[in-house]
Amino acid sequence: MGLPGSQEDIYNPFSTTGLLQSLHSLSLFNLQESESENKLDAETASDSESRSEFGGSAPVPTSDDTPEVLNRALSNLSSRWKNWWVRGILTLAMITFFFIIIYLGPMVLMTIVMCVQIKCFHEIITIGYNVYHSYDLPWFRTLSWYFLLCVNYFFYGETVTDYFFTLVQREEPLRILSKYHRFISFALYLTGFCMFVLSLVKKHYRLQFYMFGWTHVTLLIVVTQSHLIIHNLFEGMIWFIVPISCVICNDIMAYMFGFFFGRTPLIKLSPKKTWEGFIGGFFATVLFGLLLSYVMSGYRCFTCPVEFNNDTNSFTVDCEPSELFQLQEYNIPLVLQSVVGWKTVRMYPFQIHSIALSTFASLIGPFGGFFASGFKRAFKIKDFANTIPGHGGIMDRFDCQYLMATFVNVYIASFIRGPNPSKLIQQFLTLRPDQQLHIFNTLKAHLVDKGMLGSLEDA
Amino acid sequence: SWEQSFKGFPNPDGSVISTLSEVDLEERLHELDLRSDSDVPDVPPPTDSTPEILKRALSGLSARWKNWWIRGILTLAMISVFFLIIYLGSFMLMLLVLSIQVKCYHEIITIGYRVYHSYDLPWFRSLSWYFLLCVNYFFYGETVADYFATFVQRREQLQFLIRYHRFISFALYLTGFCMFVLSLVKKHYRLQFYMFAWTHVTLLITVTQSHLVIQNLFEGMIWFLVPISSVICNDITAYIFGFFFGRTPLIKLSPKKTWEGFIGGFFSTVVFGFIFSYFLAQHQYFVCPVEYNSETNRFVTECEPSELFQMKKYSVPPLLQAALGWETVNMYPFQMHSIALSTFASLIGPFGGFFASGFKRAFKIKDFADTIPGHGGIMDRFDCQYLMATFVHVYITSFIRGPNPSKLLKQLLILQPEQQLSVYKTLKSHLVEKGILQPSLRG
Repeated sequence: MGLPGSQEDIYNPFSTTGLLQSLHSLSLFNLQESESENKLDAETASDSESRSEFGGSAPVPTSDDTPEVLNRALSNLSSRWKNWWVRGILTLAMITFFFIIIYLGPMVLMTIVMCVQIKCFHEIITIGYNVYHSYDLPWFRTLSWYFLLCVNYFFYGETVTDYFFTLVQREEPLRILSKYHRFISFALYLTGFCMFVLSLVKKHYRLQFYMFGWTHVTLLIVVTQSHLIIHNLFEGMIWFIVPISCVICNDIMAYMFGFFFGRTPLIKLSPKKTWEGFIGGFFATVLFGLLLSYVMSGYRCFTCPVEFNNDTNSFTVDCEPSELFQLQEYNIPLVLQSVVGWKTVRMYPFQIHSIALSTFASLIGPFGGFFASGFKRAFKIKDFANTIPGHGGIMDRFDCQYLMATFVNVYIASFIRGPNPSKLIQQFLTLRPDQQLHIFNTLKAHLVDKGMLGSLEDA
Repeated sequence: SWEQSFKGFPNPDGSVISTLSEVDLEERLHELDLRSDSDVPDVPPPTDSTPEILKRALSGLSARWKNWWIRGILTLAMISVFFLIIYLGSFMLMLLVLSIQVKCYHEIITIGYRVYHSYDLPWFRSLSWYFLLCVNYFFYGETVADYFATFVQRREQLQFLIRYHRFISFALYLTGFCMFVLSLVKKHYRLQFYMFAWTHVTLLITVTQSHLVIQNLFEGMIWFLVPISSVICNDITAYIFGFFFGRTPLIKLSPKKTWEGFIGGFFSTVVFGFIFSYFLAQHQYFVCPVEYNSETNRFVTECEPSELFQMKKYSVPPLLQAALGWETVNMYPFQMHSIALSTFASLIGPFGGFFASGFKRAFKIKDFADTIPGHGGIMDRFDCQYLMATFVHVYITSFIRGPNPSKLLKQLLILQPEQQLSVYKTLKSHLVEKGILQPSLRG
C-alpha cells in the first residue's frame, strides 16, 4: 500500500527497517496480550481465546502498518494508549473522508462504493486462498476476477438502463447493449462457467469446487449488497447516509455504553459485547437517527432523487421535496405530553421512518457483526486483512452494514416508493399495439373512476 | 505438521470419533480440506434399490444384460410418467417441478452432511429446510402474484401478503439468518459455516432453475417441452453415436464421452428439435400462454396463436435447394428458435453434466443418490438441464416477448395519482402518434 515499513521490509530480517518493525510489532503484541481485557477492539477474538483455539502454538503477530509519522509522534506514550490513539485517529480520518466524498457528490460516491466492494471481494477471496492453500490452482485467480466482472456488468447494466434511460436511447451501441443486456451477461457468465469446467484438474477437484463455491457465496454477499446501496443512493442521498451513520453510531455507542456500564455478556460469540451496551446503543442510535434526519431533511441535495441530466451530462439533485420531507404537525401521545411539556411537535414524516431504520441497525445489524466474528473464528483469522491500521481490513468495518443495505432497499420498495414511472413507460413502449391499447383503456377507466379525469372530453 | 495430524485421522469407514478434543477436530478438518483427492476415503457405495419384481423377472439373465434391461425399463417408465403429466396439465407439471426441486435439494444437502460428517450439527437440518421454504416462498410469491392477479384481487389477506411480499420474505430470511448466528457452537464453527455456504449454493442452483422452468412453462408448454426433450435427446443420441462410432475422447473428466458422440448428438438433436416443434406448434394446448381463469378456477390454454406459431413460407437458400429439391418451405418461425435451443442443449448443456461429474469425483461419490434404480439420483438425470432453463428464460426475455402486460398494469395501478395522470398523458400522446388511437373526440 505504499506505506513506510512495507511488507517486504518487515519480512526481511536483514533490513534495519524490517528488524525494527518486527521488534516493534512483537513488543506491541506482547503488551497487548497482557492488557487484553482493556483492548479497544470489542469485536475480534480476544488473544487468550485465540491462543486456546490455536492449540497452544504461537499465533502469528500482526504486522504493524501504522505509518512512521504516527509511530514517531506517539513514541513516548505507553503502547496501550498508543493503540487507543491510533484507532481514534484512524476513526476520525475515516469519518472525515466520508464527509468529503458526500460533499463531492453521487458520482464519486458510486465510485467509492465500487472500490470498497472490490476490496472486500479481494479480502474474502484471499482468505479462501489461505484456508485452502490454493493460491496456485490453475486459472483460479483469473476466474474469480472474471466472475466479479460479469456479475458487476450485469448489475450495473440493469441500473444504468433504468437511470440513464435517455442517454442510452441516444447512443446506438448502448441501445443494443441494453436491449440484449441479459443475454450478453448470461453469455459472459457461461463462458466463465465453461472455463471453470475445462480447468478442472485431476488431483484438485475438491479444492477447485470449494473455491468455486467460495467465490459465488462471496459474490452473493458483496456484490448484491453494494448494488442495493447504489439503488438506495439514487433514491436520495439521505437513504444512503442515514442508514450507514446509524450503523456506525450504534457501533460506537454500544462500545461506550459497554465500557462504562457493561456487566452482562450478550452472546458467547463476542465476549466483549454486553446487554447494557446493546440496549444503550439502541436508544442512543434511535435518538441520533431522529436528530440526523431532522437536520438532513431540510436540504434538497440530500432528499431529492439523483437524476441524470441529459443536457448538462451530470448528476443533479433538484426537485420538489416529496411529502416525506415536509414538516408536519404531530400530536404527542398523552403519555409523553407530561414528560416533554409540548402538545404538538413539528417533525418530518421521514423521521418516523428513521426510527425504523435505526431500530434495525441496532437490533439486527449486530448479527452481521456476529456472523463475521464467527467466520473469523471458524477460519482462525484475527482480522480480514491489514488494510486499515488499528482496525483491520475493509470488511471488518463493513460487517455490520451487510444486512442494512438490503433492509433499506426492501423497506423503500415496500413502504415508500412505488415503481418507477419512466421504467414503466419504457416497458409499455415495447408491448404490442393491442396490448398497449388494452392497458391504456384500463388505466383511463381507473382514472375516471378515481375522479382524476373529469369527463371524457377533458382527457 | 504430519505428526500432529496423525492424532486426528478419521476411521477408515468414515465414522466420527465423538470424543475428539477441539484441537484434533480442527486438525482433522484442516487435513480433510487439504488432502489431495486420492487420499480421501470413498463414501460407501449406495445400496441396490431395484424393486423385487424386476429382480425376479430378470433373474435368468446375466448381470450385464440385467443392468441394460433395468436402465431401459426405467428410462421408458420415466418417459411415460413425463407424457402422463403433460396430459394432466400445467398444474400437475408445476407440482412435479416442485417435487423434483425438493428432492434435488435434499440429495445435495445429504451429500454435504456425509462429506462433513455433520449430520448431528445443532439445528442444521431444520435451518436447511427453513431456508428452502423461505426462498421458495419468495419466488412463488413473485410469480404467483403476477399470474393469479384476478384471483388475488378478490381476497383481502392475499392482497396484503402481495403488497408487502418482499418485506415479509426478507423478514423470514432474516429470522433464519439470526437463528444460524445464534446456533453457532464453539467447537463446530467451521463446519457450520461450510454447511451454511453449501446450503446457499445449493439453493442458488436448484431453486432458481426450477422457478425459471415454471416461468418458461407459463409462457407456453412448448417452451418447457422442447428444451427438456432436446436435452434428453442429446443425452440418448450422443450415447448411441458414441457407442457405434466413438473413438476420440472428448474430455478427461468424463472418459466415456467422445467427439463422435458429441457431434452426432448435436446434429440429431437439432433435427429432432426441428421436427418435434413442428408437431407441437400445431396445437393450441402447447402454444398458448398458461392463464388462470378465475371463473372456472382452472388453468386454461386458449388463445389466438402468436406469429411465432403461424405457418410461413420461407425461401430455401440455393445451397439446400439443390439438395432438397424444393424452392420454398412452409415452416413455423418457432422452428428457427428451436434450432437455437437445440444448439445450446447440445453444445453447452453437456458442460452441466461435466460439472456434475467433476463434483462427484471431487467428493468421491458414484451417484448423487440411489433413488432411481440403474440411474442414480434425481440430480443425475437433471444435471444437463441446469443451464438449459436459465438459457431458455434469458432467450425468451431477450428475443421473444416483451414485459408481461398484466404485471405492467398492476404496477401502473400502484402509482401515485399524479404519476398515473402524467403516465396517462405520455401514453396517450404516444398512441395518437402511432395512429393506434383516434385523437381527441373519442377521448
